[in-house]
Amino acid sequence: MKKVGEKEEEEKKAFLKFSPELFEILSKLQEVELEDVDLDVGDLEIWLQPSTVAAPPKVVAPPTVAVPKKVKPSTIIEVDFVPPIETYPGRIVEVQLGATKSAGGTRGKSVIIGGERSPAYYLFENPTHHPPAITLDVFDMKIPLAKAVKMHVEEVVEDPVAWAKLAVDKFGAEMITLHLVSTDPLLKDTTPTEAAKTVENVLQAVDVPLVVGGCGDPQKDFKVFQKVAGVAAGERVLLSSITLDMDIEKSAKIAQKHGHVALAFTSMDLNHARELNRKLYEFLPQEQIIMDTTTAALGYGLDYAFTVMERARLSALMGDQELQHPLSSGTTNAWGAREAWMKMAPEWGPRELRGPIWETVTALTLLLAGVDIFMMMHPAAVKTAKEVISKLTTGAVRGKPEQITDWVTMKI
Amino acid sequence: MSEKVGIKELSPIDVYMQLPRTNCKKCGLDNCMAFATKLVNREIALELCKPLVEEKQYAKAYEKLWGMLKPPVKEVTVGSGEKAVKIGGKLVMYRHELMLHNPTAIAIDVTDEMPEEELVLRVKKTEGFSYVYIGRELSLNMVALRSTSNDPEKFKTAVKKVVENTQLPLILCSFHPEVLEAGLMTAPKAHPLLYAATKDNWRDMAELAIMYDCPLVVFAPNDIKLLRSMTKTLIEYGVKDLVLDAGTFLSEGLSDTLANLTMLRRSACRKGDDLLGFPLIGTPITAWLEHSDVPEINMWNEAYLASMLITRYADILIMHSAEGWVLLPLTILRQNIYTDPRKPVAVEAGVKTFGNPSENSPVLMTTNFALTFYTVASDIESAGVDCFLVVVDTEGLAVDSSVAGRKLTADKVAETLKEMKVEEKVKHRKLIIPGKAARLSGEIQELSGWEVLVGPRDSSEIPKFLQEKWQ
Repeated sequence: MKKVGEKEEEEKKAFLKFSPELFEILSKLQEVELEDVDLDVGDLEIWLQPSTVAAPPKVVAPPTVAVPKKVKPSTIIEVDFVPPIETYPGRIVEVQLGATKSAGGTRGKSVIIGGERSPAYYLFENPTHHPPAITLDVFDMKIPLAKAVKMHVEEVVEDPVAWAKLAVDKFGAEMITLHLVSTDPLLKDTTPTEAAKTVENVLQAVDVPLVVGGCGDPQKDFKVFQKVAGVAAGERVLLSSITLDMDIEKSAKIAQKHGHVALAFTSMDLNHARELNRKLYEFLPQEQIIMDTTTAALGYGLDYAFTVMERARLSALMGDQELQHPLSSGTTNAWGAREAWMKMAPEWGPRELRGPIWETVTALTLLLAGVDIFMMMHPAAVKTAKEVISKLTTGAVRGKPEQITDWVTMKI
Repeated sequence: MSEKVGIKELSPIDVYMQLPRTNCKKCGLDNCMAFATKLVNREIALELCKPLVEEKQYAKAYEKLWGMLKPPVKEVTVGSGEKAVKIGGKLVMYRHELMLHNPTAIAIDVTDEMPEEELVLRVKKTEGFSYVYIGRELSLNMVALRSTSNDPEKFKTAVKKVVENTQLPLILCSFHPEVLEAGLMTAPKAHPLLYAATKDNWRDMAELAIMYDCPLVVFAPNDIKLLRSMTKTLIEYGVKDLVLDAGTFLSEGLSDTLANLTMLRRSACRKGDDLLGFPLIGTPITAWLEHSDVPEINMWNEAYLASMLITRYADILIMHSAEGWVLLPLTILRQNIYTDPRKPVAVEAGVKTFGNPSENSPVLMTTNFALTFYTVASDIESAGVDCFLVVVDTEGLAVDSSVAGRKLTADKVAETLKEMKVEEKVKHRKLIIPGKAARLSGEIQELSGWEVLVGPRDSSEIPKFLQEKWQ
């Protein structure tokens, strides 16, 4: 057996050789010393509906029934296969993000999500209407980041405009999420006017559709969105997010007046999600609402996040109109999992790989629940998610049997 | 039988009508209707109805009930002894319908051309894989032995080496029946999974499966019609336990892979198609068929491919990457998907002791949501702090949600302190509560008579907090 140190050395060498493809962005292994990050794991804590606990079912013993002796077939008995297609009364609404010049904005192009008629990737029923979008996180102030993420954005963490440009130019972001965390009264308490200025600058620096994130304080977010919506009028920005504890009427009216889209955020409770959407309908058309039912990290509540989304999507397709909205996921929450950012014993590998695969698996699990827009962070996770989406949508190619029949004898 | 109702649509009345309806209470329940309801909810075993099993007059009804209640996806056992693994046995497609059973079994591959030392090491490493997550040990389940040599003699030797070194169930992989036979002769009682019957070798494979009483994989890449024809044929031939493989494709055909798995599972669960009602196998190892300059890229691809297969109905996976960073997210994802979605994961309430606390040691408080508890516990442990931790029963809710949902109240905290006799454990009367329960501090102080210190919002800061604020 190789010594642990040797193995790590080898891994390092291997990474440093990486081609400029996927792993170029994972290859900065020079900085591996432990640096704790300060992600708020608490934000990922989840609300569970306690309910009756069922005992595990037991396997039923087979009754003994005499089976008549059959003649053994000598050739394959051909039978038919009918794909188990179902039809659904409901359909997810299409939502357009970002407005081009002809639509009253200045974006280079817009992104449309939603429109599904079948559960996620039931491709034997219907193709996916629009590929899910991925929007990259940009923060308006220096925040604690996991090492594996920080190494890719180190030079720009104090400059949201440069950060947005890096995300678009280097990482190929089709959308940007500008998180105005500095507006938090407990942090810098940046004024709405200043925050709006940052939004304006980012809008000028990049021409992709924009998501604007608040700080999570319902009163402050409202004030910030009020200003932001004005300076970004006509750009069809996604305002992230409107919650049940905000003044929904005023918030929705801002979005409506300036032609933006509302991200309706609730925490893992479909009744709350329906309630919020119902309230928004009074002021906003359906095509201007996206839902976020909360994303928890792999290992830290992903199961609940997954099931809430899967249920939302299935109910929507079965005709529940209050849930017929594209789903958004704050996939970056994956980094709240300790296994993603912490230095662990060597057998668990370098966190420069563990972190991004954590975000990737969190994203792909929720992709299969039906998510339409992912807010993500690590370039490798983003690249992989994009490739998978392409393989399942526009770039889908049939699998040829002869490609895989040799796997048993393959030499690795 | 082909259009039987889905498990979810099964009504207790339908089941009740087949029961003896004597309300004999031998099953432990008050009446047959209660028994029927539990049967439909999969909370009780049919054979607990003694008259049904024992009395001749009910034989027909027993058979009928068994047919009604059997899972649409057959349960298949691989291996023997303590480490035998059950796969399949699925009742539903979605985890919110009923809890999913038999978590996806993960097999790691070895080959019959590996140097002996390497093979043994790999097998041992597979068996030794262990990670404790929410108080449970995550592990790997099987070893897949591939014949890369196509040489029966070499395969024989390799099988021998593997069974000498592990109790884990085996998957014997070769498309050559004579190779598999050589392996089976070496370990006739191992009850391995045989991989695989194809349209060309199916008769010989069927003979082997029957002779050695082994489950058999049916391989028909991207051709469900052929797959279905083959299961029909093999069942007629007399093979009982089948596992289905419609092929695992990565770069070209990932969309087919997901669509095939979904069609297979839906045909079984929703259409009652007995010919497709078998466990599904995925082979993320096919990611290694694609060229890449460094192995890490194949590992990465295999990892994410496997994760999608775990979410999309695979009952068993064959993998090549044995790296911790590949397997950790997969085993945790599997644990997540296979928990009971109706049941909050909770630990027992009470006072836990860390290190060797004295009567001057700090007393902290948290909730009994398992994830919260284990996170706090591991932070305290890694800091090596001597203290008491009062775990309040919040019905398995985390701190912020239990405060919001009134499951964590000052009343409850005061009551727990009293009930657990915490005042007998320490001289002081200071309680450190989670930062997220800050708003309860005044009331707790009032009701319990303890002085309340509001601790950090994240438990990782407990050591720092204690250093600064304690004594």
